[in-house]
Amino acid sequence: MRYAMAIDTKRCVGCADCVVACQTENNVPEGFCRDWIVEETIGAFPELQLEIRSERCNHCDDSPCVRCCPTGASHYEEGGVVLVNHDECIGCKACIASCPYDARFVHPEGYVDKCTFCIHRVREGKNPACVEVCPTHAMIFGDLDDRNSEISKALRTRKHKTLIPEAGTDPHVFYLL
Amino acid sequence: MNEIAITSGRMNQGVDPVLHAWTWEIPLYLYLGGLVAGILFFSAFFYLRHRENVFPAAIKIAPLFTPFMLAIGLLALFLDLTHKLYFWRLYTTIRWESPMSWGAWTLMIIFPLSIIWSAFWVKDVFPRWDWKIPFVEKSIDFLARYKAYFAWALIAFSAILGMYTGILLSAFNARPFWNTSILGPLFLVSGLSTGAAFILLISRSEQERHRFSQIDTFLIGTEIFLIIHLFMGFLASTSVHIHAAEMFLGGPYTAVFWTLVVGLGLLVPMFIEIMEMRGVKVPVVIPAVLVLFGGLMLRFIVVDAGQSSRWLYKFMEQLIF
Amino acid sequence: MGKKLNRREFIKIAGMGAGGLAVASSFLKPVSLFGQSVSREKLIASTFSEATPTYCEICFWKCAGWVHKKDGRPWKIVGNPDDTHSNGRFCPRGTGGLGAYTDPDRLKTPLIRVEERGKQVFKEATWDEAFDYIAEKMNGIKEKYGPECMALFTHGSGGGYFKNLIKAYGSNNIAAPSYAQCRGPRAEAYLLTYGEGIGSPERTDIENTKCLVLIGSHIGENMHNGQVQEFTRAHMNGATVITVDPRFSTAASKSKYWLPIKPATDLALLLAWINVIIEEELYDKEYVKKYTYGFEALKKAVKGNTPEWAYPITTIKPHIIRETAREMAAAAPAVIIHPGRHVTWYGDDTQRVRAGAILNALLGSWGRRGGFYAPSKAHVPKPEHPPYPKPQKGWRDAFPDKYPLANLALSSGICDATIPSTTDACSIKGWIVYGTNLMQTLPQPQKTIKAIQNLELLVAIDIMPSEITGWADVVLPECTYLERYDDLRISQGRVPSIALRAPAFEPQYNTKPAYWMAVQLAKKLGLSAYFPYEKIEDYLEYRLKAVGSSLAEMKKIGVKNLPLEQELYFLNGEDYEFATPSGKIELYSDTLAEHGFDPIPRYTAHEEPQEGYYRLLYGRAPMHSFGRTTNNPLLTELKLENEVWIHPKVAREWGIENGEYIRLENQDKVVSNKVKAKVTERIRHDCVYMVHGFGHTQKQMRRSLNRGASDTQLITRVNVDPIMGGTGMRVNFVTFRKEVA
Repeated sequence: MRYAMAIDTKRCVGCADCVVACQTENNVPEGFCRDWIVEETIGAFPELQLEIRSERCNHCDDSPCVRCCPTGASHYEEGGVVLVNHDECIGCKACIASCPYDARFVHPEGYVDKCTFCIHRVREGKNPACVEVCPTHAMIFGDLDDRNSEISKALRTRKHKTLIPEAGTDPHVFYLL
Repeated sequence: MNEIAITSGRMNQGVDPVLHAWTWEIPLYLYLGGLVAGILFFSAFFYLRHRENVFPAAIKIAPLFTPFMLAIGLLALFLDLTHKLYFWRLYTTIRWESPMSWGAWTLMIIFPLSIIWSAFWVKDVFPRWDWKIPFVEKSIDFLARYKAYFAWALIAFSAILGMYTGILLSAFNARPFWNTSILGPLFLVSGLSTGAAFILLISRSEQERHRFSQIDTFLIGTEIFLIIHLFMGFLASTSVHIHAAEMFLGGPYTAVFWTLVVGLGLLVPMFIEIMEMRGVKVPVVIPAVLVLFGGLMLRFIVVDAGQSSRWLYKFMEQLIF
Repeated sequence: MGKKLNRREFIKIAGMGAGGLAVASSFLKPVSLFGQSVSREKLIASTFSEATPTYCEICFWKCAGWVHKKDGRPWKIVGNPDDTHSNGRFCPRGTGGLGAYTDPDRLKTPLIRVEERGKQVFKEATWDEAFDYIAEKMNGIKEKYGPECMALFTHGSGGGYFKNLIKAYGSNNIAAPSYAQCRGPRAEAYLLTYGEGIGSPERTDIENTKCLVLIGSHIGENMHNGQVQEFTRAHMNGATVITVDPRFSTAASKSKYWLPIKPATDLALLLAWINVIIEEELYDKEYVKKYTYGFEALKKAVKGNTPEWAYPITTIKPHIIRETAREMAAAAPAVIIHPGRHVTWYGDDTQRVRAGAILNALLGSWGRRGGFYAPSKAHVPKPEHPPYPKPQKGWRDAFPDKYPLANLALSSGICDATIPSTTDACSIKGWIVYGTNLMQTLPQPQKTIKAIQNLELLVAIDIMPSEITGWADVVLPECTYLERYDDLRISQGRVPSIALRAPAFEPQYNTKPAYWMAVQLAKKLGLSAYFPYEKIEDYLEYRLKAVGSSLAEMKKIGVKNLPLEQELYFLNGEDYEFATPSGKIELYSDTLAEHGFDPIPRYTAHEEPQEGYYRLLYGRAPMHSFGRTTNNPLLTELKLENEVWIHPKVAREWGIENGEYIRLENQDKVVSNKVKAKVTERIRHDCVYMVHGFGHTQKQMRRSLNRGASDTQLITRVNVDPIMGGTGMRVNFVTFRKEVA
């Protein structure tokens, strides 16, 4: 089982619904966000292109954050989801420094927090909150090991990319182009 | 033209606009770690070469400071944690891939080693010292028979400590400015250099001071060599690394780094020490203090600059620089 | 640059001593968004949650959804899958609706002014005191000037109860700013052409269209939920999108064609398209023959409006105009020239929207699949009440002979009618303002203030202490939509539907629902007969029973879709009588001709900005509903302030850097609040753009205070549409002021 997420940049309008839904679902503290919207414009007027992406922790296959954690609080769970055990996190912030995507932050309660792929929902057979709320259905979540899952089909049929693949972490969040 | 912006208002404290996870605690800890590594290394090394009488400050006096330095360093480390109540989790596991874990355990070993090593020399430095508790007196006398083994252990662990302070940072590839394997040797050499400078500072023996001046000069030279290579490496690498190096070559860190660290912390003391070796009389405290200061500045600047460099969202730098 | 860091370094080193503070701060108690210490596990582990049905009040799409609580505490809001407005997925504003409930800056208690109007010195009052005050003043106005001199401005679900009250009291001066300041020209344009309006949600069959032409519509930043969803579906199904916009909007970025038109020239482009469609005989000949009136006159009128004629006016190349026209024709009848929504731009807006309506008719999309469908609306009877008294005069009497084709009251008209002048026959003396911040909604704020100063009574009913409440004599705090019942949502759509709003929480502080307020005020005014049900639950039960439902059922399902009773597509050859004078689609409008207006739209050039000035354009951001949400704790995290979009060449000329704070000054020397510059290639060099609804001045709204700039403040000039009184607001020009201090 390998969980992954795909965001269709053709559908995404950058409304940031995924950001708010995550905040209410996961009670993210005020002033912090686990996901965010990036707008990238290429070209010069009037030949322009706009790519809109919803970004978050990429739940990398080869995460530097898991490797550098001195207590093992940062670890892999089912499907390769990277989670943080609050009771084991000491708040040394090594993982924050090691993430090339700057996806983590220190929660006011002291431990390090980030996107969890809403594992508490996934375990109940539901989609992560962001995927569930997206009005344009721009987000897909599923199991890469299942050939027939929506995400596997999408990655087979659409051109896609990941962010800074040269960082070498093997991210699991894909952007359909 | 490429315009990029985060349009959902992200401003995670400590991560945006640039990483600000570590302020003074970590650089101080790294500095003290390097300093202690240097002191203990020289102490153990010259002990093994039977120079007890020639280098009393190096072998006997300087180590007495190390437990306190380590304690301050560990305290700083503890203060840096944001989830302090769980700090003990560090010692429930060893994670070989995590330099933070090595550091925790290395310190766990060096701390008692430094205390014991200091205990060996206490009576030499303070002849009227009384341990009061007979058990302690007996244990120290017992362990003193294995001083040589302790010395070898100290050489090994102080080298690890010195190197690890640099490797800790270079393990974070996500910070382009730390993404270089030169950081480990650089911090080791800097640690040895500050150790030598400290010994220079407290030494009362002309011969010892002369020797350590030589050692320090050599180490400073090595440091300068490594720093040049550090920047050459960045400028020959990818754009994120060039961007990181540019912070020091016209960017915000240029003035502080080249004046405080390289100028005052390396070149000036080296020059003074060379002059001294040629017979010009300069109070030894000057180069020693400059080297110690320079080492501290090096750690602070490297820790800060590394956090200012990032792979993504470089446009956020606009908000502070 | 080096100097800046030195300072920072120094401060940091000096701050080492503040290490003590660091120790203290790292032990700070964690506080969650909802103000209480929350353990994350506790909230997430338990899966039980209570859900209450509601429909959103953050914008006027009114999506139906469910409010979820955990152990009585607010958790999240999600969409109702049965609702066609949202298809189970709320937009970011709806998802962030809980922020309105938890906002600590909310109005908390009724207030009565104790000092000069506008000084914002109030005393807290009981509801009784407040109603007594209002009733006394209203009775006074009735005696002295007549009940027609009371006016109601309304924009929200609770407005209906006050409408009922004011009509019962004897006045017809009821206006929603959504008419003259927003959709009015569209309503009249389509009424004149097709005899029917567009309505809301728009009756555009976007999900089945093959070609969507957006002219001045920024779907995607305009987050009208169902519409954005349909847009995405159409786009992913290969529909051609043609976006006409001076700005590279989100919609433009997903379009096959982006026409970066020169502002104020859209009518020229539409006429050129009509010209091409007619000249190249690309129009639906059978449809035009059977259903339209005035084709020959139209053909003659647009003869000169060739693409070559339009090119220097619009800066759109002739071959692009032809190509896009042919794309539309190829897709016909599944093509939509979108009517737009906010269309009050330059003063000739009815004519411009009518040009789009005419183009739709030529392509035969009205009444056809992929074009415009026949909307259905549920008929849910209301309880009976005595007939309303007949008003002897109205706001129109202040403007005899003006705006003859306005079918609804003009809020700007009422405002103007409040300013005394020698010619007025009805000078309005009292305003009740429900749910609309007139200070930001009405252009020419200086006029609004002048009008307010002539009032004998100003009542503001709101949830937040917005700017209008600062001018009021009495402020009545309403609880948010999450804390109250409201009338059923009965909106048009492909299928008729009704939705229930039930309270998920008890009203916080001393706030009350609008229904209760209207009932109490009616009692004081002796008009209780018009409110046969004191409790809104009974009122709702009455209405629901009439359609075979009940409050209990609606609480369980939230949305009830009723059976469809008419065909969606009705012009596939069937006979049809249009509600126009000719009984057909009027390409040529006799009505307009009779009133002295152009029967067929004609292009007139609009004033251009002078050297160094740029046309001010405004719009929406998907995470905000203008001023309604600029203090919302959840939504301000997404966007705290607006920015002004400036072309890089212009920025270079002025030495403006991206992210720099500047001020805007308009042609009347009004200077805005400081606002961040967004230097981007995505906008033309002759205009600037910002999101409407920021630049608030109310100290009580702490999150929004002084954030960004207010475009309303800079809209000191309007071009009024002579046909129906719409206030064209994109006629202001701004220059830059770099001194921010």
